Amino acid sequence: MIRFIILQNRQGKTRLAKYYIPLEESEKHKVEYEVHRLVVNRDPKFTNFVEFRNHKVIYRRYAGLFFSLCVDITDNELAYLESIHLFVEILDHFFSNVCELDLVFNFHKVYLILDEFILAGELQETSKKAIIERMGELEKQE
Amino acid sequence: MALTCPGPPSSAWSFPPLPPTRTNASPTSPPPSPSTLPPRTSSYSSLTSCARIFPLPVFMTSGKPFVRKKAIAAILRVFEQYPDAVRVCFKRVVENLETTDVGILSAVVGLFCELAVKEPRSYLPLAPEFYKILVDCRNNWILIKVLKIFAKLAPLEPRLGKRVVEPICEHMGRTGAKSLAFECMMTIVSSMSEYESAVKLAVGKVREFLLDDDPNLKYLGLQALTMVAQKHMWAVLENKELVVKALSDVDVNIKLEALRLVMSMVSEDNVMEICRILISHAQKSDPEFCNEILGYILFTCSRNFYEVICDFDWYVAFLGEMARIPHCQKGKEIETQLIDIGMRVKDARLELVDVARSLVIDPALLGNPFVHGVLAAAAWVSGEYVALSRNPFELVEALLQPRTSLLTPSVRSVYIQSAFKALIFCIWSYGKLNGDDASDPSALTELVAKCHLEGNSETVACESLSDTEVDNANMVIAGGQMSSASSRKYHLTKESLEGLVNLVGTNLGPLAGSDEVEIQERASNVLGFIELMKPELYGHLGHTEGNGMKGKLEASEVVKLMFDVFSEELGPVSLSAQEKVPLPDGLVLKENLSDLEAICSDVKFPLSTSFSLVHSQIMEKDTASSPECKEESGPSTESTSLLAEHRKRHGLYYLPSENKGTTFNDFPPAHEPKDKTIDEAEDLAKLTEESLIIKKKQNQVKPRPVVVKLDDGEGLNVAVEKSKVKTDLISGAVREVLLGNEATTSSSRSKSSNKSSKRREVDRIPESGNDIVNTAISERSNVGSGRRKHQTHLSSGKEKEQHDHKGKQKRDSRHHKHKSRQRADGAMNIPVQSPVIPDFLL
Repeated sequence: MIRFIILQNRQGKTRLAKYYIPLEESEKHKVEYEVHRLVVNRDPKFTNFVEFRNHKVIYRRYAGLFFSLCVDITDNELAYLESIHLFVEILDHFFSNVCELDLVFNFHKVYLILDEFILAGELQETSKKAIIERMGELEKQE
Repeated sequence: MALTCPGPPSSAWSFPPLPPTRTNASPTSPPPSPSTLPPRTSSYSSLTSCARIFPLPVFMTSGKPFVRKKAIAAILRVFEQYPDAVRVCFKRVVENLETTDVGILSAVVGLFCELAVKEPRSYLPLAPEFYKILVDCRNNWILIKVLKIFAKLAPLEPRLGKRVVEPICEHMGRTGAKSLAFECMMTIVSSMSEYESAVKLAVGKVREFLLDDDPNLKYLGLQALTMVAQKHMWAVLENKELVVKALSDVDVNIKLEALRLVMSMVSEDNVMEICRILISHAQKSDPEFCNEILGYILFTCSRNFYEVICDFDWYVAFLGEMARIPHCQKGKEIETQLIDIGMRVKDARLELVDVARSLVIDPALLGNPFVHGVLAAAAWVSGEYVALSRNPFELVEALLQPRTSLLTPSVRSVYIQSAFKALIFCIWSYGKLNGDDASDPSALTELVAKCHLEGNSETVACESLSDTEVDNANMVIAGGQMSSASSRKYHLTKESLEGLVNLVGTNLGPLAGSDEVEIQERASNVLGFIELMKPELYGHLGHTEGNGMKGKLEASEVVKLMFDVFSEELGPVSLSAQEKVPLPDGLVLKENLSDLEAICSDVKFPLSTSFSLVHSQIMEKDTASSPECKEESGPSTESTSLLAEHRKRHGLYYLPSENKGTTFNDFPPAHEPKDKTIDEAEDLAKLTEESLIIKKKQNQVKPRPVVVKLDDGEGLNVAVEKSKVKTDLISGAVREVLLGNEATTSSSRSKSSNKSSKRREVDRIPESGNDIVNTAISERSNVGSGRRKHQTHLSSGKEKEQHDHKGKQKRDSRHHKHKSRQRADGAMNIPVQSPVIPDFLL
């Protein structure tokens, strides 16, 4: 199960955070801070998986953004690494060459995409095409 | 449709009101509520009431696939909050396992994955469906989830494992996706490790991962290898070089995994080699990893009373080496182990004393605060087993060197005490030497032998040894000890002894005025002793005549006394030792002390409910009555109630026992009744006997020395907490649905039917419901005979209930006895004594 997904830049500012477990506001800040610290100092040659409390954080760096996913200990890391990549691909396709500013100014759309992608802590849809179509439909409603 | 649901105040989640634009969209748009709400339904807080209101099951029968998908995805959370929902929707969910739509299938499988993790047994009946998905599906994500499910199910059902292994191996070999390969690997090594060929394939894959450059794959390969290591050590040994190579990898995670793996490889044969390699790594690496290595080594070597160690001499020297590593922060553990080995392993004491000596003598170590613990242990060991040391004089010198002022007071006090012990030993041995005929070599060897023995055991027991034993011991030990004996003999001269005493006096003199209490006290003790000794010593050294005789006797008495004190052997104490102590006569433990009444009479103890009445009475009487009256008025109630209060306040129990909690009046018996007193004596004898075992060392093949360990646990982690198995409501409900105990009417009906079905669950099992389950499951299996088996399963399930004496539904099942017989046409009447789980996959 996915516990949370956080997007942060190198300075530690959180661009997107979605939690699938109940946490207080202060706890959320703490978590974001800790994850950032864990992830930002790691060498690119290191593995993409770190232990965090008694879960795992799977992260990947894309340009200036760190995409961090916190999952249970028993989960398959490679699969979630792939899912991060899939998410980035979807964002890329949707925003046409996405950059951090796109995410900042269109955060509501990013959350929509995320909600299509992950539901209740599980991967909901793994087909890029399906998600893009769905987003197209939702856009039409606006 | 805006839903705000009450939730626990801590959570901030609630349903936000929907933007009106969405709900009033054009008629051609899909039903708005499910498509836009479910993302926000994934919150724990508000589901209980919402789940009842929100007609999720309706959405599951909806025509649009994505609606179904979202409903299924959300339903897990609903199940968690509201397990009864299972009965309503579960069949719908199961139906979706058949679906062709990948999205829905993915959601359903994900749902079962989560559920199976918590309570796999309930989902065994669904194994055929999962198997079908495993074989047919081409979507890697789904396959990964199905594999997870099988990883949980396979251990429960061996036949399942057998069937599933082949497709898994096929997938593993065929797939290009590393994630899928990894998942297959993990599934095989974790839950199907009996199938050798599969494991071999998996290990092959692990090797591939380890050889890959990608650090992720290396890390995962090491993790998988760790899992294999538990049962198939050969796999790890095969890849030994790769693992050792990974020890020097850049990434910390990889290094740690490699370290863990290396430690799991440790066995009696290779422990020395592995430790050597690891130490060299530790010296090269950063402090953190260095300490990790040391920690692991210490832990593994000391596990289960040092079971991997054969050569304690080497290990003791190794401990000393570890203490000297610059970044070492494991001083506490090393200290504990040094002392522990000293107590338990007699044969290692010689080497131990040597190592301790080298640690104590080294002035450089005194400046290093991390090593102080180890130094304290070294000093203690040197003092305790001073009889084995080569040169006690040098030892005393080292223990009292001026640089010891750098030590912390507690460590320093150990130093002083050890110096005292060594001093006593020197004086005593000199006294013995001069007391006997010094020119008689046999007396000397006997002296040496006795020193060795007496240093290791109680003097009482030693004297009870037969002469032959002493002679034997002489021959064996004296031979080995000749060199030290000669050196000792060499040093034990009047001048050297005088010098020693002077040295001690000079060094400890200033300490007698020290600020630290322990140091001051111990220094004063030693100085006082020396003062007592000095006149007789010097006088004795000069003459052996009558005048000095009396004084000499006094001095030697004192020395002998002190020597006896220090020759008592310290060893490990078992938890039940206190219980074995026999209660002396005349000691009454059941009654309260009479003085206690007077002292505690006006102290108000917290009232306990059971004793409140008695207690309040006592409190009233207290001021007036005398102690005797109180005792008369029932020592059992008053004194025990007061004692009980006292105990509650301080949580003290005098003797450990099992039936503590039963009554307050009955104290647990301090010892077993009379017929068992003999046993205790025997136990005590056994205890001392154990400590007297002398193992003879042979030169060629060194047998492993005896490690004293007490059987009834020594305060190690004996208590095992039983994990309470919570009745999983969800799985209970699922089991009921799947095994046809209760069926609901089709869930598309209203809530009222839900309620009534709930009420009916204990009463009746309507046939229609069973049929649905029946057909639902029988549709799944493509094999014709499966249908019969399913029916027989259901009927046998019912018949099992019939035979189940304790079943609540006994009445009900009898009620259905006829029905089930009617329905199971052609089904065999399987006599069921024990629950038979039919093989669905056959």
